[in-house]
Amino acid sequence: MSELTAEVAGTTPVAPVANAPNRRRFRDSDLLWSFRRSPVAVVAATIAFLIIGSALLAPLLAPHDPFDLASLSLMDATDPPAWLDGGNWTYPLGTDNQGRDVLSAILYGARLSLLVGVSAVILALVLGIALGLAAGWYGGIIETLIMRVADVQLSFPAILIALLIDGVARSALPRDVQGEIAIYVLIAAIALSNWVHYARTVRGSTLVERNKEYIQAARVIGVRPMRIVLGHLLPNVLGPVLVIATINLALAILTEATLSFLGVGLPPTEPSLGTLIRVGNDYLMSGDWWISIFPGAVLALLILSVNLLGDWLRDALNPKLR
Amino acid sequence: MIAFVVQRVIQGVLVMLVVALIAFALFNYVGDPINNMVGQDTSVSDRARLREELGLNDSFVVRFARFVGNATEGNFGLSYQQARPVGQIILEKMPATLELSFVAALLALLLGVPMGIYTGLHRHSWLSQTLLAVSLAGVSLPTFVIGILLILVFSVELGWLPSFGRGPVIHIGWWTTGLLSLDGWRAIIMPAITLALFQMTLIMRLVRSEMIEVLRADYIKFARARGLTSRAINFGHALKNTLVPVITITGLQLGSIIAFAIITETVFQWPGMGLMFIQAVTFADIPVMAAYLVLVGFFFVVINLVVDLLYYVVDPRLRLARERVAGA
Repeated sequence: MSELTAEVAGTTPVAPVANAPNRRRFRDSDLLWSFRRSPVAVVAATIAFLIIGSALLAPLLAPHDPFDLASLSLMDATDPPAWLDGGNWTYPLGTDNQGRDVLSAILYGARLSLLVGVSAVILALVLGIALGLAAGWYGGIIETLIMRVADVQLSFPAILIALLIDGVARSALPRDVQGEIAIYVLIAAIALSNWVHYARTVRGSTLVERNKEYIQAARVIGVRPMRIVLGHLLPNVLGPVLVIATINLALAILTEATLSFLGVGLPPTEPSLGTLIRVGNDYLMSGDWWISIFPGAVLALLILSVNLLGDWLRDALNPKLR
Repeated sequence: MIAFVVQRVIQGVLVMLVVALIAFALFNYVGDPINNMVGQDTSVSDRARLREELGLNDSFVVRFARFVGNATEGNFGLSYQQARPVGQIILEKMPATLELSFVAALLALLLGVPMGIYTGLHRHSWLSQTLLAVSLAGVSLPTFVIGILLILVFSVELGWLPSFGRGPVIHIGWWTTGLLSLDGWRAIIMPAITLALFQMTLIMRLVRSEMIEVLRADYIKFARARGLTSRAINFGHALKNTLVPVITITGLQLGSIIAFAIITETVFQWPGMGLMFIQAVTFADIPVMAAYLVLVGFFFVVINLVVDLLYYVVDPRLRLARERVAGA
């Protein structure tokens, strides 16, 4: 599914720009050049770095500490944003039902969302590369087994698989530790639902690379197989996978937010953007829209900018489009 | 052709067996089924007797075979949470989800295909550019954020549409429908749009890129040279040849719609299978989870099978390639 979205999405706004005739003269240009000439990529990168930067610096930037229960006061609960009636600049984006500053909660929430997203992508990447290399290198029963599992998994949407793994892990674990390890369960669930794309790509490139001369030469001079795979093969199959990883980062963040929104992700004591939206959703009908809409807007901007960056990177690195 | 069908069916059955195995493992190894059925003061000997009576001491193969047998009859045991047969609960919830998915799929197709054709034919018009920009937002905006925005605008601010539930339903046999009353339609509009938006943008982008690709082909240039009207070229020649991937993807998306209904149903408190599944996950209601897993797995296998066969019927090249392979 994500593969599809990416493929279809890639042919839209960025592609025509890269295809324009005056671009063709510069077919030997480097990545930075193509970045500077793509306004979409520049804007997306600016937004992404703004969000990521302020999320990383949350403890310094946040005007309040949303986890410091002593500083919370129900008197300040559900204050609207500062520019509306009843709002004040102590809480620029208003407060939630417990009197937490929405802006601070968003900064800390984005931090958690990014942490889960990036960790899940790295875990999926490691898993997918390892399995893809194993399938492509050994062939035979190992390959059949891994690729069959991949096929079966690919016929279901990733979000459903993440939801199932998460659900099963929750039922299997005792209730008292669920809150503490929720984040690890979540990372594992998202990673396990996402490794297939990497494995398939790596297997494909491995099949091509393993018969090339440099691998044969390494074999002839007696390099140990493990060293050939990790030292010679791996660097040569890594490129395409890293591009997929960039695009899948947006998907991983979205999956985390969705699971948290559904109430099976991060708990309200440790809220990610998705959890914040879930909490705010309960107050929507009473007109307190800012509790859910602001985290929602940040999430949407983050996903959109990472998506655009990933699309641009793929087009920029794809020789066929130049 | 028959060999192809048989091969696909066998593959589907294998996938179903794997899904059933996972569901079965869920049942048996996540928590203790006996603990879930009896109170804390039940004696050890009573537990052992119950274990024997329920056949939990039989071998793995026997228990799995029994599970599959029961599952094919729609018997998944009792829900831990509601203490009612799971099959009955699912049968109650299914019409809501299927109705929502059907309306959403229809919406996605009826809007997505024309929008794709338009943006493919008039690539540089301002409307195309706007549609593409909006569709990018449609792909990036999380489903639940779209739902929340719709509720905020149309329920909270304007008060036009209900924010939750299905509205009044009419019973037709075991099926319940909300589509026969105005209030039912009012209730389904926002969930259906929310669910359809992602698939709609996907279909639009797919049709667009296929149209652009096909319009570059030589036979289109030739048709132009022959002086055919652009109407005949665009719709008679170009569109026809874009439909193969569209059918495939749309078919596969049908399954996704049922899966994504989980999110939409949670936002709008739509009383369907998705909401039921999420509640089952939060309550660790394993029989309901297992049944949902098997049912959705079944939907997906059937959809994949039908799409594969359709593909085979629609695209003669595929047929020829296979026959050549078989003949060689």
